[in-house]
Amino acid sequence: MFLCALSSVAITLGIVGTLVLESWHFFENVSILDFLTDTQWTMLFENPRYGIMPLVAGTAVTSGVALLVALPLGTVIAIYLSEYADPRVREILKPILELLSAVPTVVFGYFAFLFVTPILQSFLPNLPGFNMLSAGIVIGVMIIPYVSSLSEDAMRAVPVHIREGSYAMGATRLQTAVRVLIPSAFSGIASAYVLGFSRAVGETMVVAIAAGQQPNLTLNPMEGAATITAYIVQVSLGDLPHGTIAYQSIFAAGLTLMVMTLVFNIAGYLLRKRCREIY
Amino acid sequence: MEDIEIRVARRKRMDGIFAILGLVSTFVGMLTLAALIVDLAIAGSERLTQTFFTSFPSRFPDQAGILSAWVGTTLVMLVTAASAVPLGVAAGVYLEEYAPGNWLTALIEINIANLAGVPSIVYGLMALGLFVYQFRLGQSILSAGLTLALLILPIVIVATRESVRAVPGSMREAAYALGATKWQTVRDHVLPYSTGGILTGVIIALSRAIGETAPLITIGALTFIAFLPGPPLGAEFPFVSFEWLMSPFTVMPIQMFNWTSRPQHAFHLNAAAAGLVLMVMTLIMNGIAIYLRYRFRKRIRW
Repeated sequence: MFLCALSSVAITLGIVGTLVLESWHFFENVSILDFLTDTQWTMLFENPRYGIMPLVAGTAVTSGVALLVALPLGTVIAIYLSEYADPRVREILKPILELLSAVPTVVFGYFAFLFVTPILQSFLPNLPGFNMLSAGIVIGVMIIPYVSSLSEDAMRAVPVHIREGSYAMGATRLQTAVRVLIPSAFSGIASAYVLGFSRAVGETMVVAIAAGQQPNLTLNPMEGAATITAYIVQVSLGDLPHGTIAYQSIFAAGLTLMVMTLVFNIAGYLLRKRCREIY
Repeated sequence: MEDIEIRVARRKRMDGIFAILGLVSTFVGMLTLAALIVDLAIAGSERLTQTFFTSFPSRFPDQAGILSAWVGTTLVMLVTAASAVPLGVAAGVYLEEYAPGNWLTALIEINIANLAGVPSIVYGLMALGLFVYQFRLGQSILSAGLTLALLILPIVIVATRESVRAVPGSMREAAYALGATKWQTVRDHVLPYSTGGILTGVIIALSRAIGETAPLITIGALTFIAFLPGPPLGAEFPFVSFEWLMSPFTVMPIQMFNWTSRPQHAFHLNAAAAGLVLMVMTLIMNGIAIYLRYRFRKRIRW
């Protein structure tokens, strides 16, 4: 049984090992400087250029849009469910809301491409069929449950006497939530945000279907652009001989993805450590 | 005095506005879910005939079906469940009941928490490098099942730990007082009491695995499969065949992805139908999990 528990460590080692090893082969052919600074990613051209920036920009825009949707909505829902809603209502609403995260992501991709994009196009006639806006919005809705459930758990874990102290001073529920509960539950809320961010960055199928497959260095969500994950899917769908540079490039892309989530997780951890409330 | 009253009134108004805002936000999420299901149902229902389930994919949208996809999904899920459940439950029980409180245990715990945040496509990359090429398992059902097993392992471990932790210490102490060993206590008392919670976690984890697409695309699942893997039971000795484990495969979400990314509208209808089947499968699994949680919570009174 000890070995079974250790298997989780083995998985991590396997992930990091594979990514680093194959990326190593990639960087034997492509200099790291080019990889980080070149502004074009043209893997399939005659003179391929390997600049990760367009893919990172695509990922940043779709996750940015997603977080703009998910963080405000998720936080408001968390405050509402934990402070305002009747317990019976909460018991019904919460599982339904959590079903949102159980929907297969490919279904969300279909939804973004064939339902949300046409609706957006009726407001924004110039919107192309593949665009990061609809992909981002749909990812945002998809990660609402991650943000709201964890934030709500954190707020409900704040001891009742702190809440009562605030009410005794004549504060309304909204004031209590904003001035007392959010600061006290900050570390839990921060982990909810970080998890939401990791999900948005790593989300694959929605962007692969709805955001387009063309690497495009832009920060305009109205355009289409490939993300890191969409690129990995695109390459994997073709025939992929082992050991070629295209094969190695998806590991380099995956490593970039891992580093991005890792940086945010560490930032979240440091933030939590600094702001931890003890009662 | 009046000044204060105005302020109080304003704050109360803000409070009321926020209550409405909260309700609206919650309904935004639920309306999206409803719109999603209704949209799939409207677009896909006309394609949902019996032949849709018994046909292979085809160039002609009206003849295409999901036979190889649902068979593939079922087989991959079998492999996933068979490997993730024993491993995850054993790891969970170990961490709760046996693990000493040293740095190694702490490392394992931090590690499990971090694995839950790793993007699923990264698991696919690892499986491509490790299972497909290093272990030479090929782009097979076995590789796919193992990949998804690793992906859901953290969920199974966390669910096991939570339900084992919920068994009160008095149960264990009573067993020890009667001279039971640690293993006897775990096998005869702790595990039976926590079965409900573990089962709920396993079902939730499998419903997650059933919808995963990206890692399987990465390890090289094919999108067009017009044959079935070899049957697991044969008429001749040794009666059981494991050839299907090494067979190439496709699964429901990949089939749906393939149809969605085609330009012809007729294929989009197929995608909607496949999505509807997939949604119904996940919703049923989640429904069972919610029901089980509710029943076990009600039945067990310490």
